[in-house]
Amino acid sequence: MSSHEDVVHHSNAEGAGYGHHDHDEHGPAPGLMRWVTTTNHKDIGTLYLWFSMIMFFIGGAMALVIRAELFQPGIQIVDPMFFNSMTTMHALVMIFGVVMPAFVGLANWMIPMMIGAPDMALPRLNNWSFWIMPFAFAILLSTLFMDSGGPAGGWTLYPPLVLQMGDSFAYVIFAIHFLGISSVMGSINIVATIFNMRPPGMTFMKMPMFVWTWLITAYLLIATIPVLAGAVTMLLTDRFFGTSFFSASGGGDPVMFQHIFWFFGHPEVYILILPAFGIVSSIIPTFARKPLFGYDSMVYATASIAFLSFIVWAHHMFTTGMPLAGELFFMFSTMMISVPTGVKVFNWVATMWKGSMSFETPMLFAIGFVIMFTIGGLSGLMLAMTPADIQYHDTYFVVAHFHYVLVPGAIYSIMAATYYWLPKWTGNMYDEKLGKMHFWISTIFVNVLFFPMHFVGLAGMNRRIPDYSLQFADWNMIATIGAFGFGFSQLMFFWIVLKCIKGGEKATGEVWEGARGLEWTVASPAPYHTFESAPTIGSATLTR
Amino acid sequence: MRSSVLRAMLPALLIPVAGSSWADWGALNMPVGVTEVSRDVQGLHMLIFWICCVIGAVVFGVMIYSMFMHRKSKGAKPADFHESTTVEIVWTVVPLVILIAMAIPAAKVLIKMEDFSGSEMSIKITGYQWRWQYEYLDEGIAFYSALDATQNAARQQNADIDLEQFGDTYLRDVDNELVVPVGKKIRFLHTAADVIHSWWVPDLAVKKDAIPGFINENWARIDEPGIYRGKCAELCGRDHGFMPIVVRAVPQEEFDTWVADQKSAMANADAAVERNWSQDELLAMGEKIHGQSCAGCHQQEGQGIPGMFPAIAGSDIATGALDTHVQTVMNGVEGTPMAAFRDALSDTELAAVVTFQRNAFGNETGDVVQPLAVRESRAGKPIDPIRQSLLDVGSPAASPAASPAASPAASPAASLAVTGVN
Repeated sequence: MSSHEDVVHHSNAEGAGYGHHDHDEHGPAPGLMRWVTTTNHKDIGTLYLWFSMIMFFIGGAMALVIRAELFQPGIQIVDPMFFNSMTTMHALVMIFGVVMPAFVGLANWMIPMMIGAPDMALPRLNNWSFWIMPFAFAILLSTLFMDSGGPAGGWTLYPPLVLQMGDSFAYVIFAIHFLGISSVMGSINIVATIFNMRPPGMTFMKMPMFVWTWLITAYLLIATIPVLAGAVTMLLTDRFFGTSFFSASGGGDPVMFQHIFWFFGHPEVYILILPAFGIVSSIIPTFARKPLFGYDSMVYATASIAFLSFIVWAHHMFTTGMPLAGELFFMFSTMMISVPTGVKVFNWVATMWKGSMSFETPMLFAIGFVIMFTIGGLSGLMLAMTPADIQYHDTYFVVAHFHYVLVPGAIYSIMAATYYWLPKWTGNMYDEKLGKMHFWISTIFVNVLFFPMHFVGLAGMNRRIPDYSLQFADWNMIATIGAFGFGFSQLMFFWIVLKCIKGGEKATGEVWEGARGLEWTVASPAPYHTFESAPTIGSATLTR
Repeated sequence: MRSSVLRAMLPALLIPVAGSSWADWGALNMPVGVTEVSRDVQGLHMLIFWICCVIGAVVFGVMIYSMFMHRKSKGAKPADFHESTTVEIVWTVVPLVILIAMAIPAAKVLIKMEDFSGSEMSIKITGYQWRWQYEYLDEGIAFYSALDATQNAARQQNADIDLEQFGDTYLRDVDNELVVPVGKKIRFLHTAADVIHSWWVPDLAVKKDAIPGFINENWARIDEPGIYRGKCAELCGRDHGFMPIVVRAVPQEEFDTWVADQKSAMANADAAVERNWSQDELLAMGEKIHGQSCAGCHQQEGQGIPGMFPAIAGSDIATGALDTHVQTVMNGVEGTPMAAFRDALSDTELAAVVTFQRNAFGNETGDVVQPLAVRESRAGKPIDPIRQSLLDVGSPAASPAASPAASPAASPAASLAVTGVN
């Protein structure tokens, strides 16, 4: 396209493209040490993404243990204590080991390429951010093999229950601290990159939406991770050093932990979804062949959601006995969140409206995201109504709600992103037929898995229980069938990615007909070093 | 003529529908419940549910229409509009108006729920791992309520007991029901002894966390006599799924009779403390108490869970000085999950469970503790806090030989009526 040539001519005096400097050839180092010592944003992005993929199957296996036990009433497979470890670990692994690293991996790969930067601003920090994670997770998962077992008090770590845990509790806290350090360092890197490494002409209001959403996410992380660190440190001292932050008998308050935790925890929920918004805002315009509708309002909506995420935390705690004024405040502020979220959904629909749509796999996953995330958003609106929430709270209705926003929400956006950018990463097209199959099979099973949870939740089945009354048996059996179907169909995803790496139809630089943005101006696969000199921004290379 | 035939046929048509599908699939929606508040909450739930359905239908309708009409394969050419301030303002303001319309009824219901004034009776509910204690503050009645014993056996791993026999009340039956009168505004006071629990009865739209060290309030006025079931809603450890709640609402006269019965039963139990109990009586009761109160951690066979919960079988406490054993159970062990059972168990129950543990699991001490001895120990002299950690049972300091020396000189053991029977 003419716009691409435009960039090339202006930006590289040597005329050799972004990836190649005749006088200074540095490709990846050979051997395994490449991955250990790398400071290259693409390598580190790849490491994050593979790490996330492995953890996805570990966390998924834990979910299948849970669903297998719940296949029928009675306790057949695991002890209730181990069941509780599985629900706790499944959440910790999926949140901190799958969704967050996948988004960071995508940020590493794509943010420098989207803003025309040669690498992340702090490459050594980047290496360190990644390599902390495998160790942190090794520590966390190792507790499952210790005498006193893995954490079993829920991922929210509420005291006093969590303080009943054996000595392996110290390992859990240590792992959470490490994960937090990794996240904060990654976030600092992203903020530094976005602020300092944009080329002339790319003003804030011209950045791709994915960059915008990650900038805001990075701030959320920097603001909230230290809060979590403080909370878990207080747990540590309560458990091992005789303090009483969260024990009434020593002048503390167990509910105080919940306030501190959710002050982190609610922004964390948006950390898990804002980058997804950015991904979907990149994909839908490409396949609708029409620019994103309402770019400005998308940016403002994202910022509004981020702001509101700090003043709604206690809606997780409506049954803890808050004063009426508190309950009213948190109900109203929570309901407010649906306004900017609605704006985003409406903008995506308006982007599709009167476009010229085609439905390749990334688009399928993006549309699946919009529909099923909206279902989760609507049940979220129901949960915001305090009197009704008192009935919904801690039931499978809540489980259905957050799995709708996280699985066909966040996870679907990650799948969409993978299919969308995989040709850019590998230089090969993935198998479109298999990709579409993966989408349809996943979508059927994910609904078989999570939709019935609405029903059993409303009918009174509470969450985090290994056994249930007989009237919930049929829906639980169906959900378990959905879980195994969904779980095993993800092996297809693994296979499609492997197959694409090994070979396939060669991808062009632009890859997608309607794609706009700097990442499509470089060759596929993207050279090891891109944008070593800043590109000149032409209007057609911008996503807006 | 025709209408009468139809009328005759209708029930026949409906029975299979009602009989098969609904009974099998269970209720799919929130129960309407039996209090004014629960009906309001259910109405609110349905209101917002339908609003969400309409919003969903409109948004998805537009999307689906667009996906069919504006596709490249149909030759659609992309339009180039990409912003409109008017449209953005419209779809910010319209949802805001809908939200305000929903916030008003929600706030009204919430204000009603939080109005605790004018209560006519109070029941204090304390959560324990894993049962409830109910204390009728005005009537002076107090008792514990735990999962029904047969169901408790059936829910053990690979128990091989047919669950169908329990029907829809599997895991929802208790040994002692909470009996309350209909038509009275009952104030519930929620607290917990160990970890956070949450007392939830859907039909009353009551769910409130029970937090150790704090007391939460709630209320209900039940309209119809009946049995209303609920469960602990907050994860509270291994047996969180097994602490049901059963509320039996009865007419006032029936409630008064029940109160009188309870009071006489309590008086009888109190009198029974004075008499001499046989070892067999104590063992039988003790086995039951062990199953309810101790087996959750120390396991049914007293073997414990290595690294987490010490064994009772062969332990120095259960085979060593009797007084140490009684006081450990009564006062708990600081800094460990071992709770104090001084309030949770009566004198007789404490005597029974200690007797049982000292004669079961191969702990053949032959000791018998009389309820009266426990009462004297409890009331007479201050009980020294237990300093020996349960976790240190293997260390020489806590060995049977050392234990008596570690006890205070004026050992309360002297006041214990101990009968060696071997």
